[in-house]
Amino acid sequence: MTDSNELQAAVAAGVTGSEESYRALLSAIVEVARSIFGAKASSILLLDEETEELVFAAVVGEGEETLIGMRFPAGTGIAGWVLATRTPLVIEDVNKDPRFASDVAEDTGYVPSGLMAAPLLHEERALGVLEVLDRPERSLFSLQEMELLGLFANQAAIAVDLLLRARAAERILESGEGELSVVARLAQAVDALEEREREAGLELLRNLTATLGATRQL
Amino acid sequence: MTEVAAHAGESLPAWSLPKDAVERISLPVHWPDRVTREWAWGGSTGAGARVCILDSGVEAGHPLVGSLESAVAISLDENEEVVATEDEEGDLSGHGTACAGIVRALAPDCSLSSVRVLGAGFTGSGGVLLAGLRYAVEQGFDVINMSLSTTKKPFAAVLHELADSAYFRRTVLVASAHNMPVESYPWRFSSVISVGSHEEPDPLTFFYNPSPPVEFFGRGVNVEVAWLGGRSAAVSGNSFATPHIAAVCALVLAKHPELTPFQLKSVLYLTASNVGGGT
Repeated sequence: MTDSNELQAAVAAGVTGSEESYRALLSAIVEVARSIFGAKASSILLLDEETEELVFAAVVGEGEETLIGMRFPAGTGIAGWVLATRTPLVIEDVNKDPRFASDVAEDTGYVPSGLMAAPLLHEERALGVLEVLDRPERSLFSLQEMELLGLFANQAAIAVDLLLRARAAERILESGEGELSVVARLAQAVDALEEREREAGLELLRNLTATLGATRQL
Repeated sequence: MTEVAAHAGESLPAWSLPKDAVERISLPVHWPDRVTREWAWGGSTGAGARVCILDSGVEAGHPLVGSLESAVAISLDENEEVVATEDEEGDLSGHGTACAGIVRALAPDCSLSSVRVLGAGFTGSGGVLLAGLRYAVEQGFDVINMSLSTTKKPFAAVLHELADSAYFRRTVLVASAHNMPVESYPWRFSSVISVGSHEEPDPLTFFYNPSPPVEFFGRGVNVEVAWLGGRSAAVSGNSFATPHIAAVCALVLAKHPELTPFQLKSVLYLTASNVGGGT
């Protein structure tokens, strides 16, 4: 990242949402997904590229209290297949399959009998997987639902992208460059001002940006 | 390539057709006035056709899959060199086994092989996918079932070349269209047979799509398939429509082994349920 990008990211971190608000957005997405499909549970798993693991980032329904933060290798299982091939998949009636159960269920005691999974694709990256577990048995799956699942996955991918950007911005702030934190706090304060004061505040920020930029070039 | 061939004393490919050579290219297949399903694959069990499942591996010996001709796992070593080893792990997700079972159900006597390109670590999977496809093309399979695609643009050019090279070597590449509105490969290439899903329950119902890039729709919803541990499952997705078309290709090629991919695609068109095959 260039200095100017870092500055932008730091300021953005001050005025845009926090990690918590994006997590809330992810939770809202899985909540709606579960509700629309009438499923028992829904979750979003994010890829940790460093460890090549999938991590539960949002869970609603069965397992919501225990699964967040749980990890498993990204190369195996259904979620792994969906991530690696970037292709959605629907599997039902697999409750007796030992491998499937070992993916998520052993530690929670919850064994899903079927799941729908779609990759979270943003530009050329696969960021994670959206899963919807245990739809009602009476309803046969249809292509319309596959499309709906894809739409939810797209929405989730955008939220995840925002979350990752917020994290990157936070990292820059935490990396110790004091002036960036100051600028971010200023930006946050300016953002909260009334309209007339806000314009003056923005002018101040613009000048500050120019000054910081100039200092860095010296 | 051409220079190398000339030096080796091999005959160059025919780029043109002199007058006295017309006889030489007479077609070995007597093409009937009307191509029917009966002509195309009536009585065929797939015997003699070699089908490759390029996927997550296949559980050999599953009651719905039977035995495999071969099973290899593709990986890249520390120098990024391609390594093809005998696959002793089988299927790491269940997906490849499901695809293999679908082909086996429709073409019971075909030869099935597995080339595993998934599960050997997540990173580099695009490179492994390319290497696996290249390996499969070199093995001269009649049909390669590829129920997966990549969205990585840097791989597109090489995939395109591989798909064309398969096409000219008479290896039919049957590839899943993406279920989501994203740009992915190789299904978008015209040298492959691309497959999306329909919702009909009949495994031999397939439709030609007059609005490509998806060219055919196969059965892809609520399909009973083989699953890990000798089990079965009900699955949906273009991944599972693809082996239905791959199996039909195996049936046709078993009966008419001299067909080129172009001719085979024409047969699929003429026997599609919305063209001439519905009767």
